[in-house]
Order: sequence, then C-alpha cells, then structure tokens
Amino acid sequence: MQFYIIELSKYVLTVLMCTYVLTDIIALKFAENNGSSLYYVIQNLIMVLVQFYIFLVLTFVSSDYRYLFFFTFIQVFLFSTLFLVTFVYEHVNRLLLNNICMMLGIGLSVISRLSFDKAVRQFVISVLSVIVGMFVPFIFSKVKTFKKFTWAYALLGITMLGAVLLYSGVVHGSKISFTLFKITFQPSEFVKIIFIFFVAAALWEDSSFKRVVFTSIIAAVHVLILVASVDLGNALIFFVGYISLLFLASRNILYLISGGLAGVAAAIFAYRNFVHVQTRFLAWMDPWTYIDSKGYQITQSLFAIGSGSWLGMGILGGNPSSIPYVADDAIFSSICEEFGVIFGLGLVLISLSCFATIMLIALSVHDKFYQLIVYGVGVIYIFQIFLTVGGGVKFIPLTGVTYPLLSYGGSSIMTTMIMFFVVQGIYIRLMNIREKMRIKEEKQKKSAQLV
Amino acid sequence: MDEEKRKKFNIFKLSGKTCIIINVVFVMLIFIAMIAHIVIFVANNEEEMINNSYNSRQEILLSRNYRGSILSRDKDVLAKTSFDEYDNESREYPYGEILSHIVGYADKGKAGVEYLGNYYLINTDIPLAQKVRNDTAGRKNPGNNVVTTLDVEIQKAADDQLGLYRGAIVVTEVKTGKILAMVSHPDFDPNEISNIWDDIINDETSSVLLNRATQGLYPPGSTFKIVTALEYYREYHSEGIDNYRFTCSGRYSKGASSISCYHGTVHGNVNFFSSFAKSCNSSFANIGMSLDRALFDQTLDDLLFNGELPLDIPYSKSSAYVSEDTSDSLMMQTSIGQGNTQMTPIHLNMITMAIANGGELMKPRVMDRIENANGSVIKTYENESYGFIITEDEAATLKSLMINVVESGTAPKLKNDNYTAAGKTGSAEYGNVKGDSHAWFTGFAPAEDPMVAVTVIVEGAGSGGDYAVPIAKRIFDEYFRQEGIIN
Repeated sequence: MQFYIIELSKYVLTVLMCTYVLTDIIALKFAENNGSSLYYVIQNLIMVLVQFYIFLVLTFVSSDYRYLFFFTFIQVFLFSTLFLVTFVYEHVNRLLLNNICMMLGIGLSVISRLSFDKAVRQFVISVLSVIVGMFVPFIFSKVKTFKKFTWAYALLGITMLGAVLLYSGVVHGSKISFTLFKITFQPSEFVKIIFIFFVAAALWEDSSFKRVVFTSIIAAVHVLILVASVDLGNALIFFVGYISLLFLASRNILYLISGGLAGVAAAIFAYRNFVHVQTRFLAWMDPWTYIDSKGYQITQSLFAIGSGSWLGMGILGGNPSSIPYVADDAIFSSICEEFGVIFGLGLVLISLSCFATIMLIALSVHDKFYQLIVYGVGVIYIFQIFLTVGGGVKFIPLTGVTYPLLSYGGSSIMTTMIMFFVVQGIYIRLMNIREKMRIKEEKQKKSAQLV
Repeated sequence: MDEEKRKKFNIFKLSGKTCIIINVVFVMLIFIAMIAHIVIFVANNEEEMINNSYNSRQEILLSRNYRGSILSRDKDVLAKTSFDEYDNESREYPYGEILSHIVGYADKGKAGVEYLGNYYLINTDIPLAQKVRNDTAGRKNPGNNVVTTLDVEIQKAADDQLGLYRGAIVVTEVKTGKILAMVSHPDFDPNEISNIWDDIINDETSSVLLNRATQGLYPPGSTFKIVTALEYYREYHSEGIDNYRFTCSGRYSKGASSISCYHGTVHGNVNFFSSFAKSCNSSFANIGMSLDRALFDQTLDDLLFNGELPLDIPYSKSSAYVSEDTSDSLMMQTSIGQGNTQMTPIHLNMITMAIANGGELMKPRVMDRIENANGSVIKTYENESYGFIITEDEAATLKSLMINVVESGTAPKLKNDNYTAAGKTGSAEYGNVKGDSHAWFTGFAPAEDPMVAVTVIVEGAGSGGDYAVPIAKRIFDEYFRQEGIIN
C-alpha cells in the first residue's frame, strides 16, 4: 500500500502540477478583470491535493501523525488567507493570490520532508507574514505620501545594510544576518522593498540627467555595501533592479545599455580582483574538476536533478540532504530530485505567471510612482528566481539566493509576502479608482438622460 | 518649446508600455533558454549523473535493488548477483578470468560492462505489481540485465590462444560495430577482486587491471604500413601504385640513417603489392620518403590518431606525429610503424573495420540491449555509424593489398578452403635489444563480403606471421563455426 502511494506520487503530482499550470495560463488571459472563478476553485483544489499527497506519504513512511496535523494547520492557514483577503479586499487579484498560496503550501510541504522543525518555524513566519501583508493594501488606500520620503528610504536602507556590514558575524564567508532575541534577521531582504520605494520616489517625477546621477550614486552605495558584505546574490539583485527601474523611469534605452555595460565591466573587475568571485566562476565553468571542493554544491545539485529526471525519485526516495544548504539555496534541485523536473519546471512556470500578472498590473497603473513600484517588485522577484534556479542547474554561476516563497528563510518569506501585498495594494487602489470613475460616468450618463 | 521638441525627437525615448514589454520579452527569452538548458541536461545526463561515484544515490538504489546480470549475446550469464543463506549479496562471475577486463568488476570501483551498464544494473524496470510484492515480502528488486554483444565461445578461443602470453585480442563485427570478444592478458579473477585488490594495486609492474585491448599503447610495427600505403595511394593514386618498382637489398639508407628489413631479408625486385605483402621495410622507407609530410599528418587525423575515438570503454589515445620538421630518419622509422608512434589494439581494429566495411566505421560497442528481470526489452542500442574515415576507393585498394598478404605474403597460414581472409602482419620492435618484437596481426574475413575483424598482439613473441597469425586463424575458424559456415 505504502509502496503504491510512493510510486504513484510521481505520476499524480506531475499530472496535478501540469493541470495547475494549465489553469494558470488560461486564467492569465482574464487576469485583469477577475473573470470566471471556476479556474480559481480548481487551483485551490489542486493546491490541497498536492500537499495532501506529500503529507500522506510523509505520514505513512514515518508513522508520525504530527505530519497529518501539520497538514491540517497549513490548509486552515491557506484557506483563511484566501477567504479573509478576498473578503476584506473585494478587488484583490485572485490569480496572484492563488499562486502565492500554492507556492507557500508546496514550500512548507517540501521543507517538512527535509526537516519538520524547520517547517514549523517556516509556518509560524508565514502566518505572521500574511498578517503583516494583510494590512499593506489598507495602508496604501489611506497613506498618500509614500512619494515624499525619498531620502528617508535611502537613509534607512543604507543604515540597515551598513549595520549588517559593521556588526554582523561572518557566516560561510558572508556577512548577511543579525540575531536578535534568538531570531535571525536578514536585513538585505527587507531593504529590497525600501530600495524599490527609494528609486521610485526619486525618479518618478524627474529623470533629468542630474537627478539620475545623484540617484545612481546612492543606489551604488547600496550595491557596494552588499559587495563588501560578500553578499553577491543580493548585490546583483539590487543592481539589476536599479537598472530596470532607471530604464522605465527615464524611458531611455541608453540608460539600459550603459547600465548593462557597467554591469559587465563590474563583473570583469570583480573577477580580476576577488578570489571568491573567481572561485564561483571556476566552480561554474568546470565543477567536475573541483568536485571535492568548490564544485561540490553545484555537482551535488546536478546529481539531484539528473537522478530525479522527469518524474523524480518519489517522495522520500532521494537523498536531497546531500546538497549543502538544501532548504535555503537548493530547494529547486531537491524538488526536482524527488518530485521530478516536470514538477520543478511547473513551479518555475507558476513564478513566470506571477511575474506576468505583476507586469500586466504595471501596464495598467498610470500613476508613475506606483507603476515603478509594481514593476520593481516584478523584476526583483523574477531575477531572484533566475539566480537560484539558474545557479542550481549550472546555467549561471551559483550565487546562493533563496527561491521566494519556496525556500526556508523567515526574512525571505516576510519580504516576498510584503512585496506581493504591495502589488495587491496598488492593484486594489487601481480597481477602486476605476470603479469610482465608472460610477461617476454612470451618474453623468443618467443626468444627461434626465436632461 | 525647444526642450519639448528635443524630447519628442529623441529616438532613444520610448513609451512606458514599450519599456515594460521590452523587459518582459527579455525575461521570457532568458527563461526559455534556461528551461531548454534544464531539459537538455536531464534528457542527456541522467545516466551519467547516477553513475558518478560521488553521487550518493547509487547506494539508495542498491538498498532497494540488487545488481542485475550481465549476459552474453546468447544469454550466457557473465555476471550475476548471488545470495548466501543469510541473504548476503555477492557478485559472481561464472567465466572468471576469461572475461575479466571486458565484463569488469563492481567492487573496489567499477570497470568494464559493470561500469558502462551500472545505471541500468542498479535500476529496476519490473512491473509495479512485482515491485509491490517484493516490497511487502521485504525482498530487494532485481536490477535490469545488460545483454552484451560478447560471444563466449569466441572469447574462450581467443583467451585460450593467447595462453600464457601477455597481449590483447579484439574481435568485432565490421557491419555493426559489435564487439564479439576482447581479451587482455595478464588477467585476474573478478570473483576474488576484493581479496586480490591490494596485491594488484601494490604490484606496480604487472598492470593487471589495464585493459590492454583499449588502453595498452604499442608500437604498431608493420601493421602501420596500412597507413603509409593509404597515404601513398592518396598522393599517387592507382597509377602510382601500378608503376611503383623498388629493388630491396635488405637495407635502405638515406644520409646517416638506414632501415633494414626484418631479419635482414633481401626482397629483391618488388612492386607496391609485393612490398606490402612481404612487408619490405626498405621499400616502405623509400615510399615514406616520397610522401608529403603535411598531407600525411592530415591522413593521421582522418584515421583518429592523437584524438578521441568513438568508444565508450575507457581507452588511451594513440599518438603518431609527422610534420614538415620531421627528420628523414624519423620519417623512415614512422613509415614502417616504428619511431614514436604508439597505438592501441582497438584503434588498429577500428581502422581494419573501416577498410573491411568499405570505408565506413561503425562505432564499436559492447552493450546490445537492456532487459528487465523478466526479459522484456527496456532499451536497444542501435548500430551507430561514425562515418567514412576513408573513401570507398581507398578501402578497396587497401583491401586488395591485404588480401595479397594472405595469398602471397607474410600470412600464408591464413589460407584455407572455407573462407578468404585478408590482413597485415607486424613485428614491432621494442626496447633496445635488437630482435625483441611484439607479434601483430590485424585482418578481416571473408574478403569478398567482410563480416568480422580480428586484431591480435602478442607481447615479445617474435614475428607476427609466426605468432599472431595462427591465433587469428583459430579465432576466424571459431567465428565461422558459430556462424554455421564451417563445421
């Protein structure tokens, strides 16, 4: 019986994932107007089934019923999120919300398989993150002065990053986190949001050359602090985020091109001058030669994906813990190993669907400040996924960043959740404005008819 | 006003919508490339990933499945997993030393088919219901079986013929690339590998584990005249070959250097055919001196010297260099297969296969198909062409030269009523002691419609005609007995 369930899991999970991706693609077509809710219900059903299957296997194999209880908790959490958010905010983007819950649920299930304790911690943080996130759209409907705090954002961001550089301990060669009251914070995650707000506030109105130079210098300070902290992944994310935002704010392709060239120059400079950059590059070019040392993580990740192949080795059938930092940086590889590459690629497609939804929202927002923020969130989100997936499959050098919503890491979850709710907040604001306009128009029509 | 005008006409200015679309298209392109990279990686590398000894998943598979069997082409068991009364697994090789190198071993690292087929041997493709039955009974699943192209009878004959000599034998089918037999002496008993491992590793002189057939580098001696003859044909064509005349006095000199014929034999007046058939060193040194060295180098490349061979079994690269800077002395040496040239038996066999098969080289392979424990075929290895390494014309010319070697040259012992063989002998001198030579033979049969290629090297035995040819003869006989052509 147990054996059947594990063997079947390969096929069942793959089929469920493919169906989900299909509904996502269909739903994207009417993402703007929140059309038929049938697809959304199907998606929620699949979300439960996937997790149910994973936890069923975990419970069977371990004979530990904590897993079933945990599964129930997660479902209660996810469905209350779905109901509460849609209840409080009539105009929330359902597709984006569904995708967030799907990723969150799968992330919790996969982490449960790796470590139950970590999963419980992740669960607590997730609940907190949603509670915090729930307030974001409300704040956006009330506070009108977000555009005015340009320099406060810059100061706050640089202070937080600087504090990490100066006061944090060195973990695995990087200065990334703080531990306060037994909780580890990774401030660079939160600064991502502040940074987007800073750039949007600085450039939405005025993108003259002088202004751009000034903003670029402050953005460069952010990036350089991250480089000094040996947090290359985040340095890259901030850099790419800034160049993209600058491009949309100025609408001048020359900035995009010169930004790209500056990036290449910086990469070459870093390669020539920093040993740890060379190490990563060599480990990427030829991991097999350095399989015992610098190539270890990438080769173990490749083993996991290669051994998993299309359908995976089955839940609990692989050995994902052989990959260093599996729950944080290599979650995608571990998913490919046991759930199969098709399942893993399905998650990437869901992420792309989130990105597409965010970009569609950015297109319809006419207030440039809010447009820049939505766009910035989209770019940073998808670029981080590119870094973590591409690094794990040897498409690009490994940078050790998390997969938003899937990976273990409280700061990452909290930040991603706030970013998504910022997008929701702006979307809800947009929908509210549209509705007001519609009502106004109808009134005018009516009065016109009366006359 | 001016400011506004300038802005309007700035071609680098885009609309916000265009900017976002550019960004989305860019992201989509990158992700398409990345997903394609993942798909290609998974499609091509699953086997290699699992086979890597650093991959801990091998042990996971082996905790659920036991290694499958390795079978000959007639389904004789060459390796299998057996269990004692306490259910301890051990690997059993019924033919012991006879197939030691090609079947290999799975303990203390992996070699041979045990290495090549490892992925399939430790995976299982039995039906789900059967897996469930094993699972409930607490039994391991049987891994898949690898059916090889090896023929036990031919392998036995080859092993027997090489006897106590060191050396190697390769037997292949020229039209399919199937390896029928591969012998390397000295050999070892794979059943005892864990017991004898330390002795083997500590004995630096014996190189017992080396598969001489694919990894042993030898001077090719006169068998290399095939290459020299090919180059002569490429430069001087049929007329050059028909008009070639030389008078052998048992020695050829140019400047301070000279080449003697084997045992100082004086061959007298020879043409191209008799030079090749009688393996006249003096004549071939003369031929070598008439060759364009840059073109010769190109021919060496065509024949896969100094490069990779289309071969899955671990092998050594053969080396042969000729260039404008090659001295006359070295050029003469090289033309007769001495000098710095080094070659593996499998490489010589591949060149022979190509000649026999009209110029087209079939990739040699030992894996024929993968079956699950119930005998259902999981995967079939197809014949794979490497392409024409020489033209049909060139192959025909070399073939007629090689037929002549049996008819009126150094391999008369291959003459018989049942089939026509063709080939080339060699006596490759090695070391500094004059007269010590490895006995070579490489050839194929039947000459009219070649089916099988045999390459033999007997270390330190003497002349190829005396020592290697009789071995090849027995192997050809055994092959044609298997094919039902002779009784």
